Amino acid sequence: MSAPPAQPIAPADARTASPHQRTTTLFHHDKPAWLFLAPFAIFYVLFLIWPTIFMIISSFFNSSLVSSGLGSFAGLANYREMLTKDEFWSAMWHTLQFTLYTVPPLVILAFVFAILVNRMKRGQGLFRVVFFVPFILPSATISLIWLYIFTPANGLLALVQTWLGFDAPRPVLGTPSLAMIGIALATIWWTIGFNFILYLAALQDVPRETYEAASVDGASPWQQIRYITIPLLSRTTTLVVVLQIIASLKIFDQVYLMTSGGPGTSTQVALGLITNTAFTDFRVGAASAASVLLFIVIMVIAALRQLTERSERTA
Amino acid sequence: MASETVDTPRRRTGNGVSGAAPPALTNKPKAKEGSGAFNIIAGVFVGFFALLWLVPSFWAIKTSLTPNPTAALGAEAILRDTNPTLESYMTLFRAGDIWNWYLASAITSVVTVVLTVLFASMAAYPLSRLQFRGRRIVFLLMILGIMVPGQVLIIPIFQQLGAVGLLNTYWAVIFPQVPAVIAVFVFKQFFDGLPKELEEAARIDGAGFWRIYWSIIMPLSKPIVAAMAVLTFVGVWNNLLLPLFVLSNPELMTIPVGLATVQGSYGQRVADIQASAILGCLPLVVLFIFFQRRIIEGVAGTGTKG
Repeated sequence: MSAPPAQPIAPADARTASPHQRTTTLFHHDKPAWLFLAPFAIFYVLFLIWPTIFMIISSFFNSSLVSSGLGSFAGLANYREMLTKDEFWSAMWHTLQFTLYTVPPLVILAFVFAILVNRMKRGQGLFRVVFFVPFILPSATISLIWLYIFTPANGLLALVQTWLGFDAPRPVLGTPSLAMIGIALATIWWTIGFNFILYLAALQDVPRETYEAASVDGASPWQQIRYITIPLLSRTTTLVVVLQIIASLKIFDQVYLMTSGGPGTSTQVALGLITNTAFTDFRVGAASAASVLLFIVIMVIAALRQLTERSERTA
Repeated sequence: MASETVDTPRRRTGNGVSGAAPPALTNKPKAKEGSGAFNIIAGVFVGFFALLWLVPSFWAIKTSLTPNPTAALGAEAILRDTNPTLESYMTLFRAGDIWNWYLASAITSVVTVVLTVLFASMAAYPLSRLQFRGRRIVFLLMILGIMVPGQVLIIPIFQQLGAVGLLNTYWAVIFPQVPAVIAVFVFKQFFDGLPKELEEAARIDGAGFWRIYWSIIMPLSKPIVAAMAVLTFVGVWNNLLLPLFVLSNPELMTIPVGLATVQGSYGQRVADIQASAILGCLPLVVLFIFFQRRIIEGVAGTGTKG
């Protein structure tokens, strides 16, 4: 601050830059820039880039977890095996099923809660805490809580069902057709806070006067929501839906903790199949092929999002 | 729609928010009546769901405070129990496993937070302030990195850690979680918004880039450092997949991995199981109480980026 305030920027830079640098272009700082980037870049290469490449390589080999080295070359055999295997398609279907069960309620409920809470003049903070706190809890805590809510015959859900007049309600996690719904319910309770916060943040960007003015003009609350709120939230909705789909495709924790893929294989999901193939059957090559397939699905969805966002920005 | 939003604010400034101005009165009572009823219905609706949302947490707490034999009888017995006891918590503290889990989770979370925040903010600094060759490629790699689903890489990461002998060490949990690309973007965006005058003055005084980063940029970035630190901490604390497979030594288990074993090993001790679930998330709840705003703003910020 002791320096003369009116000092122009360029001379300051030129003074410290070496004569050689000065002659090249507009103050390039290659060396310091890369030194700052280096620590992160090393971790990025070692734990993101290289695993991705290694996963693709091993997917073409008969790699095993119990022997070192890549093993014999397998060509496309691992892919052929996965793509023709019922287990793989059923795991993909269960993953999709979970996505279909969770995404619509997670988006719609979060949307409705956020719109209604945003209209409140008092108590917003309280609702925020109530809906958001489960989101920061570990999946292990969530799963233990819901596992015992779903306890067959004498758990909390069974008790409520008996009060409501159902006799002998079926065990949620023990019935193949219900188990995934049980996992979805726990997940909705767990993660709705994330979408709720995103919607609330978007809503808070809309000036309150807009609504007050619309209300002065005689617009009913429903009209305000229909013609002001919903159009303004369309961008957030796209974002929330895409993030939610990607998160759902990566589901593992709740299934592992609540049903371990059962009963039978009725809740076995993609990541469950991948980890089983690698850590139970020791077949790393086959597991890598399945990983690559899941990887591609997720990357395509993520790339579509990047593209739409970019085109929106330039449009 | 456009005319509605553009038009009305102007009129509002004429009337005043109080609504006392005469022209507003003709419209207002009708609208107000409708929205009054709407607000009540909305309040009841959200209130109902909020209560519903509280049930699982309260149920876990209630169960954990019930004696084990009573809790094993089922929901009705738990509901009827009127002798809350901390016995389950005492049992867990005495048994000691939970202390090991806390230690493992605390060490891995804190070290990952320090490395992630330091390295991500360092990487963000040249991206925000310096011109250098390869900048475009770095950006491209960053955008790619955001899209990569880390969990799907569990198999190669496991093999890689095995190859260098890091399995069953805390490093196996720490290292793979350090390259959080999203953190670089969040830091960069924050740095972009900081005024550049101080740095220019420092440059004139002969300060190097490291001093500018460390003594000017970072002190100005305390809010975002706190937000990123807390969010990273929560993420690492809650991670199940990675420690589940890279740690098989029970001594090193983190909280989620430990909790994954209690269902089998505690059997009918339902109250103990719920107490361990609650103890496992207690540090996060405390963190939330202290950093509520940072966490919520951070989640809203990273969400819109990621």
